Amino acid sequence: MESHEEKPIIYTMENKPIVTCAGDQALFMSLYNSLTQQLPREPMEWRRSYGRAPKMIHLEANFVQFKEELLPKEGNKALLTFPFLHIYWTDCCDTEAYKASVKEDIVRWQSLLRLHSTLDWLIVVVESDAKKKNKTNILPRTSIVDKIRNDFCNKQSDRCVVLSDPLKDSSRSQESWSSFLTKLRTLLLLSFTRNLGRFEDDMRTLREKRTEPGWSFCDYFMVQEELAFVFEMLQQFEDALVQYDELDALFTQYVLNFGAGDGANWLGSFCQPLRSWNGLLLRRPIDMEKREQIQHSQASLLDLRSYLFSRQCTLLVFLLRPWEVTRRALELLHTCVQELRLLEVSVPQGALDCWVFLSCLEVLQRIEGCCDRAQLEANSSHTVGLWTYATEKMLSLGLLSEMLPHPVSKISRWLALLLRRKGDPKRAESFLQDSVKSYLSEGWALPVAHTRKQMAECQKLLGQTEDYLQTSALLASDTHLSDSERKHFCQEILSFAGQSAGHKVILNMSSFAQLRQLQFRPAAAVVHVGASLQLELRLRSLMPVPVQLEQLAITVHFSLEKGGTWGRAGPGGGAPRRTGQGSPGGAVQFPGESPPGSHPRTTPPTLELYEMQDRSPSDGALNSTGVICKNVHLLLRRQDSAVSLDTPSVNTISMEDGAQLLKTHDVSLLPGNNDILFTAPEPGTYTLRQLCATVGWVQFVLPHIYPIVQYEVYSQEPQLTVEPLADNLVAGLPQTVKFTVVTGHYSIKRGDALQLSNSDSMPILPAPRCTARVLSSATVLSIQSSEKVTSISLPLTPPYHTVEFQLVVLCHVPAGPVRPDPERLTNGEPWHRPRSRLRTHSGMIALDQKISIDCPWSIYSTLVALTFYIPFKAKHSLLSAGKRKYVQVCLQNVSDMNFQLAEQNLMLQQELPMLRLRSLNGQTKQRVYSRQSVFYLWEMMWNTEPLPSLQCLFSISFCPADAQSLHFTPYHYEFQLDSLSTLYSVSADIQPASGESHCKTGSLCGLEVSITRLSELSEAEKQDEGSVESGGLSTTKLMYEVVDNSSNWAVCGKSSGIVSMPIAARATHKVRMEVMPLFAGNLPFPSIKVSKYLPHNALPAIQPDTDGCLENDNISLLDKGLTDDQADTSSIRSRGSVVSLGSGEQQRGLPMPRLEPFGPGQVFNCSQGCQVLVLPSKDDHVLEVNVT
Amino acid sequence: MAVCIAVVAKENYPLYIRSVPSENELKFHYTVHTSLDVVEEKVSAVGKVLVDQRELYLGLLYPTEDYKVYGYVTNSKVKFVIVVESSNTSLRDNEIRSMFRKLHNSFTDVMCNPFYNPGDLIQSKAFDSVVSSMMVQAC
Repeated sequence: MESHEEKPIIYTMENKPIVTCAGDQALFMSLYNSLTQQLPREPMEWRRSYGRAPKMIHLEANFVQFKEELLPKEGNKALLTFPFLHIYWTDCCDTEAYKASVKEDIVRWQSLLRLHSTLDWLIVVVESDAKKKNKTNILPRTSIVDKIRNDFCNKQSDRCVVLSDPLKDSSRSQESWSSFLTKLRTLLLLSFTRNLGRFEDDMRTLREKRTEPGWSFCDYFMVQEELAFVFEMLQQFEDALVQYDELDALFTQYVLNFGAGDGANWLGSFCQPLRSWNGLLLRRPIDMEKREQIQHSQASLLDLRSYLFSRQCTLLVFLLRPWEVTRRALELLHTCVQELRLLEVSVPQGALDCWVFLSCLEVLQRIEGCCDRAQLEANSSHTVGLWTYATEKMLSLGLLSEMLPHPVSKISRWLALLLRRKGDPKRAESFLQDSVKSYLSEGWALPVAHTRKQMAECQKLLGQTEDYLQTSALLASDTHLSDSERKHFCQEILSFAGQSAGHKVILNMSSFAQLRQLQFRPAAAVVHVGASLQLELRLRSLMPVPVQLEQLAITVHFSLEKGGTWGRAGPGGGAPRRTGQGSPGGAVQFPGESPPGSHPRTTPPTLELYEMQDRSPSDGALNSTGVICKNVHLLLRRQDSAVSLDTPSVNTISMEDGAQLLKTHDVSLLPGNNDILFTAPEPGTYTLRQLCATVGWVQFVLPHIYPIVQYEVYSQEPQLTVEPLADNLVAGLPQTVKFTVVTGHYSIKRGDALQLSNSDSMPILPAPRCTARVLSSATVLSIQSSEKVTSISLPLTPPYHTVEFQLVVLCHVPAGPVRPDPERLTNGEPWHRPRSRLRTHSGMIALDQKISIDCPWSIYSTLVALTFYIPFKAKHSLLSAGKRKYVQVCLQNVSDMNFQLAEQNLMLQQELPMLRLRSLNGQTKQRVYSRQSVFYLWEMMWNTEPLPSLQCLFSISFCPADAQSLHFTPYHYEFQLDSLSTLYSVSADIQPASGESHCKTGSLCGLEVSITRLSELSEAEKQDEGSVESGGLSTTKLMYEVVDNSSNWAVCGKSSGIVSMPIAARATHKVRMEVMPLFAGNLPFPSIKVSKYLPHNALPAIQPDTDGCLENDNISLLDKGLTDDQADTSSIRSRGSVVSLGSGEQQRGLPMPRLEPFGPGQVFNCSQGCQVLVLPSKDDHVLEVNVT
Repeated sequence: MAVCIAVVAKENYPLYIRSVPSENELKFHYTVHTSLDVVEEKVSAVGKVLVDQRELYLGLLYPTEDYKVYGYVTNSKVKFVIVVESSNTSLRDNEIRSMFRKLHNSFTDVMCNPFYNPGDLIQSKAFDSVVSSMMVQAC
């Protein structure tokens, strides 16, 4: 406001309180300048009546010459012209002169004042030294001042002051001035208080009379305004404003009371028809013209209000409160309009609009005049109301002027111009777009509808056909509009669509119709070629009238070809991927898209909670579990940013070109739900993409069908599957096999048959009655078998059906040991040998059987493999007792079934008259349960030495234990026995030390090992055992080892050694050694191990082809260290005592001595299992008890 | 008595808006929508100074030639707007305040209804009747 203060305040009233000056005018004039300058220099505290706060006030005065006319006459309420103080000036210092003239003059002055009952006066006596010096007859005692005081100021000595040497620049003079000015101010304020107080009292009295009939508001207005003027004069703008506000409130109250039926007479003048509407006038501080009208009760309501506001405005500007002006202005304008209405004042059309418009501009101009641009911009919120109001009024005036035949005045022309600019539809349209966006985002449906209507107008004007049609569609579907309006906009679209020459327009379908539901029949939406897949669409038309669609098309996207080319595994194999199709019956519900202009945020997404389990990948144990929300991204989305997503983008719709279509023609779309049927013909998997409704030139397109919906039309090749009915097929027993024919697109005709190639190892057993099932109906199947082919005639079956039947087959258990055959390609061969393959499946031996089947739909044979399992496993072992030999066969049932066994038999492959097998088995029939074994035993009896190896055949018959008819199936097991005869017998004996009857712990005992050759070696055996000729005596070398693995014995001295055995029978070799029992009790003998010792020059033995059950573990000397270590564990003294065979210098490739074990039964240990009693030694205090 | 009473959600979408049937409904929608700007201005101006002791009643928002628009904001930023006719001079500030208090009480009841989802349109009959009692009775 500084800029403002620098300017001359042209609005200020130049009024100052009037002070009259009587007496010596020349004297006063000489002091006038000093006086006027010095009076306002210091503030004075003004104590107020009625409890009002005291104020510091700078006083000014307008000094005028005293005239009688200045004194207010009785009843004159004018305060502005009221003289507040009367001063008499004299510089008389001469008693004579005083008595002669001055006193008389004062008396006259006083009497005049008294006549007007004015008590505010002051006599100033100016003393000057210069004057005193001139006059010689000075009476120092009784000065003129005293005289005057004596004469006039009885008890009011302060009414007379002395001003000493006012024109001199001395301290005395200054002091005198200061006290004089203080006096002057005090008296002035005193006068103000007194006179204003009296005035206010009078005014209050007048106000109290307002209920009296003759009371006039205008008169009272003038009175109170006087007070306001005085306050303004005293620069007390706040107080002045209060006066006007009181008047304002009083008037308002009167008008309100009038409205309530309590009318005052004086209001009549304000109810006159309005004749002038010039608007506010705020430039002048006081609009005297209007004031006079008020004074003469000729003011209209607008005049009064305008005048009142102009005064308030002036004062507010003084008070530096321009924004209050704008606020009050708006209030005033509204009030005036209301009051005129309330008082039922007749107002010419447009007059009030005009007045408001002009007033707004006047206020704005006035405010702009006292503020700089930056301030205005910062406080635009205070002026916007006025601007809006002005615009509003201008518009209504504009509308009014349009109705008039000619623009009547300058103003209306200007308005028309403005309106044309305002009517710039392009800019208007973009503004409207913005507001629609904001209304949409905040969900104000009604304003949306209305703004869209305006937008449509603009778009029509601009010729934006597409936008206009889109907006029309939105409006036609908007339920907030009246039916007729909706029909109008709908018609707009239809008439465009029906134009004879037009162009294609693509619009968003969302405003035209909504896709509510999609339903497939059948519900799975998967059909084969040729079957009918119906798609029912529920489309909710939002149009108010029925619309005839030329075509309704669904664009489909071909996503997969899988149905067309590959045979399908079955209906379950390619389940359609249809997300969101949760409801049974195949109906896909589409979320009801909110109709345009409804509340977009009232349906927040619901929480989608799912159980979550975290399992460890190895064993599936539950680590943790919880609940997760799958649509967090939607729920936690920022609201602000979401707004932009909600607004539908109108111009981004494009049709997918070249896509396949499902269509229907000539659909009449009624308002509300419509069900429309489509059929899908082409094979393949399709995704529904777009929906397009065509009405003439207009196409309504739903750009995306979401959730994604797919359907599938598939074509399937016929297929044959053969699978066992049970888990496993058991060889040797009749087994049922299920044949399934899935016909696919092939229809089985009369005479179509499956040709099965016969196999010797797996015959197809004739069944008494074989039926085939085609879906639910059963047909008897005719099966004809020839030598090579079994032909099965299939029943007549339509495409996409399944034929099921069962056949019984038997897989023979092969006679010999099951050995893998060389792999043979069998493709294209009409007859196949069973290709067996050794496979162990849970311990069972598997046999693969292949059947070749010729199907009528194919020129190629179908190869089907069936796997049978042999239910048994056999093992054999050779047992010996001295020279007697036994053969044990263990038959293990590895299947899950129980069997009845019979006719066990062991035969030799070659006839040997001197060898006989004696069965030691009891029953002939025996039962073997699942996973159990049966043992059979035969003794071999011979007269002469038998052959080194024997081929044996074990045979047995079996049938299921629970079978009714005991039809036994043979099972064979072939094996070979080697090294039949016993070569050596080894016996051991432990004797206590001499003189002792029993062995004792800790004392040495004698161990005698005797090795006896039982029979003379044959030549082959000689070779085998590496016999050595030395001095005509042929010997073989054996190595013995005493091994005690249970740490019962300590072998003292050599625990092993090499002996040479003569070749002659009954040759015996004895070895003695000392052993020490470590424990008391019946101790088992240490075991004695005998092996062949092959000298280095002997040829390496040719390894015999060992049977599966024979272990041939040659111990070469390279392994000696290992066996030695093992031997040493039992012998504390034997360490290092083993014969060194030069292991250090052995080299690879050199011939070296070797150890070779005997075959089982070749060495018979006579003392196997013998025990010897060992007593504890006497001084052995420790009793060790082993509990096992 | 009021000619239009509106409840506006925190996000500025209308939860409830009702106006006298004799008048153009659209006009009131515009009026209420426009007054929301003033509400925002007032709330943000006050919010900086005193958040806790905020006066819920916002006073006269938006006087127009014909109507006076009063505002009220709950602590959860739900706005109540009452539009009265300018010519209706019998309504003082105190009456308007008590109208808002009544409205707020009824609104609280609506919110306490376990079947009401906050943010949904208000369809309570009790609320409706409270609003009706404050509206100008259509002749």
